[in-house]
Amino acid sequence: MFGKEKSQYIEDSKFRYTMREMKKNGSAYVLALPFFLLFVVFTGIPVLISLPIGFTNFNMVQFPQWTGLSNFYTLFLADDVFLIAIQNTLVFAIITGPVSYILCFLLAWLINEMPGPLKTVFTYVFYAPTLAGNIFATWQLIFSGDTYGFLNSVLLNLGLVKGAQQWLTDARYILMCVIIVQMWMALGAGFLALRAGLQGIDKSGYEAGAIEGIKNRFQELIYFTVPSMGPQLLFAAVMQITSSFTAGDIGRSLTAFPSTDYAAHTIMTHAFDYGSIRYEMGYACAICFVLFLVMLVVNNVIRKAMSGILDT
Amino acid sequence: MRIIKKRKKWGGSRGGDIAIFLLLIFVGLFMLFPIYFSFVQSIKPVEELFVFPPKLYVQNPTSLNFEDMLKVAGALDVPFSRYVFNSVLISVVVTVVQLLLSSSAAYVLAKVRAPGIRAMNKIIEIALLFTSSVTYIVQYIVMAVLGMIDTYFALTLPYIATAMGLFLMRQFMGQIPESMIEAAKLDGASHMRICWQVVMPNVKPAWLTLMIFAFQGAWQITGYLFVYSEQLKPIPIVMQQIAASGIARTGVSSATVVVLMLPPMILFLILQSNVVETMAHSGLKD
Repeated sequence: MFGKEKSQYIEDSKFRYTMREMKKNGSAYVLALPFFLLFVVFTGIPVLISLPIGFTNFNMVQFPQWTGLSNFYTLFLADDVFLIAIQNTLVFAIITGPVSYILCFLLAWLINEMPGPLKTVFTYVFYAPTLAGNIFATWQLIFSGDTYGFLNSVLLNLGLVKGAQQWLTDARYILMCVIIVQMWMALGAGFLALRAGLQGIDKSGYEAGAIEGIKNRFQELIYFTVPSMGPQLLFAAVMQITSSFTAGDIGRSLTAFPSTDYAAHTIMTHAFDYGSIRYEMGYACAICFVLFLVMLVVNNVIRKAMSGILDT
Repeated sequence: MRIIKKRKKWGGSRGGDIAIFLLLIFVGLFMLFPIYFSFVQSIKPVEELFVFPPKLYVQNPTSLNFEDMLKVAGALDVPFSRYVFNSVLISVVVTVVQLLLSSSAAYVLAKVRAPGIRAMNKIIEIALLFTSSVTYIVQYIVMAVLGMIDTYFALTLPYIATAMGLFLMRQFMGQIPESMIEAAKLDGASHMRICWQVVMPNVKPAWLTLMIFAFQGAWQITGYLFVYSEQLKPIPIVMQQIAASGIARTGVSSATVVVLMLPPMILFLILQSNVVETMAHSGLKD
């Protein structure tokens, strides 16, 4: 239909063609308008303005002074903590990202294999941590450094450790603890979207598959389920990228801030440090800009890889 | 034919089902443990809170922690019910409006081909990656210009149009067969009608999921930079204050944790059972 109309107006200039198409779909723009209005005002404008602030020196009192690339020079050449933060962010993202992505897909799929009522129960159980979210106080109790700490008391009783371990202040353990809590919380949005996606799959497809000779559930997963879940798999991937690269809150709430030897310091905590504690807004914006670029690259690479496998 | 019938209820082999079941139980226990532990801590009397080794059960359950919490809450300048009202108002408004606006926009982005739509899609996809902790200063300026500081608008409007909600709906709507929409168009349905009467009933799991995300997000809104009148503040801020006030009382802070996590959990329970029920017998075909 689209193609036919185009040839009808072939002698029109591109501009007039565009105008006509826009007029024809006017009601569609009206439908999308309220969302985009709010989006531009509260997300678009703030993001677009904070990008150039990264090239200034801005203390939130005086008007920003343009300093060119100096914030970025400082970041990469003089700020040792930032280099630690980059390293931690990458380690953290490389471990938690793929693992929780695979985990949230596997769990969503396994739950779908269960009969009706169990599906609901398990979905609830696995999403509950994301809902409970910031029960950091409880995790602090579990990892607490004294003998009242739950983990310590278990390990002491079993005789696995000699004395109480300082899980949250010993630089050797901090990142591990943060990763565990992140994994616990990370199923979240991706998991729920995949569950919803699995529920939308046409059941008659399974029957057709059985007739075509799909023997067991793994074949069914690979030949039928995964290909029909493209959009949800992409959604889950994007969610995992953002949550693993922007992690920082967990480390900040769980351990002291800043953590011992900056062991739980990520790019996000670094930005928080400059943006909300030291009020060096220009520098904080520069940090966020770098993080955004890193995520953009990772996102594009993963999308390319995924579109090779799925047709999204 | 018998195999197919069996396939519908239980997947694959019986042994595989049991293995999966045990695996899920095992992972499930790890997931539930911290939540259970929070709950147990909140009903422990003081003597039991500081026992070594920490116990996983309560000998004399008490509601004292919750009573203490309410006592502190009752001593505030503004009645506690006002905070509850604020939080419920904010959560309901944000959830409903977000559902309406994201769904409409997602329909346009997924199913309408017109100039500019591709660009809008690109913008949303990029915006997904920009989770920034530094935009609050510009957000404050924008709200000040609009005269929204210290109003309910500051607590609701900024949280409605999220790239994530739109992206979620768009991904699901993209799966609706084109033929379905063409048929509705031939019947003379407007975009609005197609979106709400043709597309939306077919993506019910998606919008129930969006409602969960939206409510969960809205329930955590504190608005602490944008609102300073005590009458406008939502529950999470008060809970933070209460938890911070009783330093020696780990029990009270555990009680606030439980109170805060209950409403989203209850809503999720209601919506989730709905998802499973409705989708058991639906199917889309191209």
